[in-house]
Amino acid sequence: MKYLACIQITLKPSVLDPQGAAVAKALGALGFGEVSDVRVGRYIETRMTAQDEEAARQQVTSMCDALLANTVIERYEFSLEEAS
Amino acid sequence: MRFAVVVFPGSNCDEDAARAITRVLDAPVELVWHQTVALDGYDAVIIPGGFAYGDYLRAGAIARFSPVMTAVAAHAAAGKPVLGICNGFQVLTEAGLLPGTLLPNNSLQFRCDIVSVRVETTAIAFTCGYTQGQVIRLPIAHGQGAYYADEETLADLRRHDQIVFRYDGENPNGSADDIAGIVNRGRNVLGMMPHPERAVHELLGSTDGAPLFASLLRSWERQVAHGA
Repeated sequence: MKYLACIQITLKPSVLDPQGAAVAKALGALGFGEVSDVRVGRYIETRMTAQDEEAARQQVTSMCDALLANTVIERYEFSLEEAS
Repeated sequence: MRFAVVVFPGSNCDEDAARAITRVLDAPVELVWHQTVALDGYDAVIIPGGFAYGDYLRAGAIARFSPVMTAVAAHAAAGKPVLGICNGFQVLTEAGLLPGTLLPNNSLQFRCDIVSVRVETTAIAFTCGYTQGQVIRLPIAHGQGAYYADEETLADLRRHDQIVFRYDGENPNGSADDIAGIVNRGRNVLGMMPHPERAVHELLGSTDGAPLFASLLRSWERQVAHGA
């Protein structure tokens, strides 16, 4: 089966995000006073093959733990959809 | 004492590290391409600064999967010295040879400067030639140098005397506990953001990095003498 994995990687809440703080400040300066917090993360898409959805889930989890995320500071979540 | 300096695509302080070894120690040193699978015959390994694999994904994230890193891990497991400088420090944390990680500087700016660094422990091969608490001047050049680890890990580092260097005075990157360099529990893998290899000649603005290399050689000679 072919799958498309959409992976979102974000900093753990305990980790300061100076980039997010800078973006929040810029949004405030632009007049978006309603913004109180910004966290910048990373989005990764992979096309892949797997036996079934459960296998695909395990493969993506392994990819995230091994390379795509640094679990010291980041957490990840992902969605899977069947792709043609 | 034979040194290897690992070269990744994107390393740019490899030549500086090799020259520092030659200049300070007059010891044999070789540049070793990252596809190398064995580091037998080398007594110390240096992972130099730079931008291995362009810092893609995260600094050091892809470099850690280079074939040479298996050999570096084996070298470290054998108790032999490994020194990671700047990007080399990032590679060592990504490889799990050192705890924690390096975050972007809290200023979000790349900092290129000479800073004051305090030697916090001399009970390792890398710093036995300094005195405890000595403040030295070393260059820094990094955008992602804020050492980060959770509270438990930081407490562990303090308990086991693993914090080797702290910034003295201004902290240039917002690192936890002003950390500039740490050593592993085995005390043979050192990671540091400042560049000792760029501080070995008056013309470079400081010679305070030279004792680090001299310390390594002296420790090794002592070890060889004891082993003989």
